[in-house]
Amino acid sequence: MKALGIILAGGNSSRMQNLSEKRAISALPVGCSYRCIDFVLSNMTNSNIQTVAVLSQYNARSLNEHLNSSKWWNFGRKQGGLFLFTPTVTVDNSWWYRGTADAMWQNIDFLKKRHEPYVVIASGDCVSKMDFNEILDYHIAKQSDITVVCAKLPSWEDPKRFGVVQLDMEGKIIDFNEKPMVANSDIVSTGVYVIRRRTLIELLEQCNEEGRYNFVTDVLIRQKGLKKIYGYMLEGYWSNIASVESYYRTNMDFLKKDVRDYFFHQEPQIYSKSYDLPPAKYNTGSGVTNSLIASGCIINSKVENSVLFKKVFVGNNSVIKNSIIMNGAYIGDNVHIENCIVESSETLLSGSTYIGEDGIRIVAERNKRYEVQQMNGEG
Amino acid sequence: MIRKEMIAMLLAGGQGSRLGVLTSDVAKPAVSFGGKYRIIDFPLSNCINSGIDTVGVLTQYQPLVLNSHIGIGIPWDLDRNNGGVAVLPPYERSDTSEWYSGTANAIYQNLKYMESYNPEYVLILSGDHIYKMDYEAMLDFHKQNNADVTIAAIPVPMEEASRFGIVVTDEEKQITAFEEKPERPRSNLASMGIYIFNWSVLRDSLIAMRDQSNCDFGKHIIPYCHDGGKRLFAYEFNDYWKDVGTLGSYWEANMELIDLIPEFNLYEDYWKIYTKQDIIEPQYVAAGAKVERSIIGAGAQIYGQVINCVLGAGVTVEEGTVVKDSIIMKNTHIGKKAYIEKAIIAENCIIGDGDEIGVGEEAVSQLNASIYAFGLATIGENTVIPPHVKVGKNTAIKGMTTNEDYPDAQLPSGGYIIKAGETS
Repeated sequence: MKALGIILAGGNSSRMQNLSEKRAISALPVGCSYRCIDFVLSNMTNSNIQTVAVLSQYNARSLNEHLNSSKWWNFGRKQGGLFLFTPTVTVDNSWWYRGTADAMWQNIDFLKKRHEPYVVIASGDCVSKMDFNEILDYHIAKQSDITVVCAKLPSWEDPKRFGVVQLDMEGKIIDFNEKPMVANSDIVSTGVYVIRRRTLIELLEQCNEEGRYNFVTDVLIRQKGLKKIYGYMLEGYWSNIASVESYYRTNMDFLKKDVRDYFFHQEPQIYSKSYDLPPAKYNTGSGVTNSLIASGCIINSKVENSVLFKKVFVGNNSVIKNSIIMNGAYIGDNVHIENCIVESSETLLSGSTYIGEDGIRIVAERNKRYEVQQMNGEG
Repeated sequence: MIRKEMIAMLLAGGQGSRLGVLTSDVAKPAVSFGGKYRIIDFPLSNCINSGIDTVGVLTQYQPLVLNSHIGIGIPWDLDRNNGGVAVLPPYERSDTSEWYSGTANAIYQNLKYMESYNPEYVLILSGDHIYKMDYEAMLDFHKQNNADVTIAAIPVPMEEASRFGIVVTDEEKQITAFEEKPERPRSNLASMGIYIFNWSVLRDSLIAMRDQSNCDFGKHIIPYCHDGGKRLFAYEFNDYWKDVGTLGSYWEANMELIDLIPEFNLYEDYWKIYTKQDIIEPQYVAAGAKVERSIIGAGAQIYGQVINCVLGAGVTVEEGTVVKDSIIMKNTHIGKKAYIEKAIIAENCIIGDGDEIGVGEEAVSQLNASIYAFGLATIGENTVIPPHVKVGKNTAIKGMTTNEDYPDAQLPSGGYIIKAGETS
């Protein structure tokens, strides 16, 4: 492959509410068996990108744990590899990453040392399948300086939190507005860019000299008139996870047959870390309908229109409806959960009720498991 | 020089002929078990969990699935710079070349492999059993007794003892007699086919017995060591251990996993069982589906009813179908409005719409009454069954079958269809 990959995975958003307390968005569990970053990592490895740098700074513990071995995405090679760069104190720098451009600038030595002619920059918080080879071919054919991968925004999404672009007939970007108050188009940037490595180094150095740190506002938009910037229209499913609503909807999308088939049964595959969990177990009294269940779950109750991540335990006579239960949650007997997102490793007391009345409720009780199990009269 | 305290030699070349069509293209250790595992995962996981990082896997019969499953040992963390897993098939030599003709003969032919690790102890394992065992504890026992050979043994009911190799011990657990399938057993401690040898004792015995035809551990090497005055001890194991050598015991052991609290618990974090998992996506249970008392592997899609079953990864059960008391292995597709009861359906099969499998009165198998018993319908891997046919009990089907193979659209109980060389 002619490109190396950079994944911007540092982000956090207040729209995620307390879901991002525990981890960066890119480490959020998505699609029942994956974490958000698996999609871009798989896209890169499936496009034969062998060298990938993940730039992260906000609460990277969970992300770090997920990336503890690169073998699951086939990056454990002599050539290339998977690198996680968090900010470090050096002789001449003690800043956190002050923005996306700054994050890349702080790792400019990595960019300079590589030999790949192109760089694919992507964000770690999107759910999609992308063939970067195809995008790179487009970039080369258009003789573009920077190619921005664009997608049509789902109608329910708020364009105010995206970069809104306008393309001409040739695909050239003629207008780019970051998070505008009024959107003049429903085409948005997916936060994926293709650029020549040398051009990127130049732009980042220039940007840093001027004391600017953000790739979109300080590089992309300012270079609009100078550089040839093209938009590549992405076909197929694309979702950006940046709010509780988009997180909930994206997970629920996986209950739809077309989305399941697209990600689960059509080549190329999405990879994730293996946890060696046993098959899911359905005991007497379980009644699961229209739901996704991950490995290691044990179910004794009704589960409807829901997504249960790995190793969830559901006790007797409980009801789970329209909800997302993240990994390792333990739900006692006679619990009623509706329109909720239950945080990972939560322990819910028998007989408790959680209902999201207007909107989605996030359940993060942080009970101590052994205390709850004692109260539930177990172990 | 590399030095390993103990290395393991895993005998995985056996056919397991009593598993019938399940092992016609697959060695027994590679047969699926428990929804996502293969039988060999249990001894391999035991090895790494016991701190053994060097395992030679001896293969001979139908090794393709086994080889691709083991690969370089990544799932068991047996991909090592020093040691790790090595697949050891029979090989040609300048003067002779022979197949592995017995368990001990197979090990004898790999003396050089063992030598290269210069071990103190060698653990001999077979890839036929379902159990969790700490071989390190067994090694400690071996060392404490200053033993030359330690045999793991499990108490079995006295009336079944004559089916096993039986060890008779004194109070110190030293073996005083070893009887292979005795008519009148003097003890109920059965050898589990798991041995720890001092390397020098193993090497010398194998060399001394090298001209023995079909040289076998139970029949030849152990008696040779015993007669030679070596210190033989029995390490008693009192946990779950299941031989899945027959279709009946294989079916039973799978079904035990769906008990509310199974005797063999795969859900504990301690002593995990590892396996190669190429399907990682979640399973989907559709609206209108019903799943009860079952374990289901990743990526399965359930639109019908699944009751009392063990389903492998990537299995599809279409709408209107009922599957009961059955084992369905990886990537098998079951069409619409089918009815399946007490069947074992191997990997990558296609079961047509409206098929009824495992129905009717029981009848003795015309193919092999001792293998195809237990009232099970057994379907080998890559089999295709056309829509709207009836298949009885104690039946066996293997290959691409078409409507012509089913007179009156049925295969009565006891019948069989084996189409060699034709697969989907």
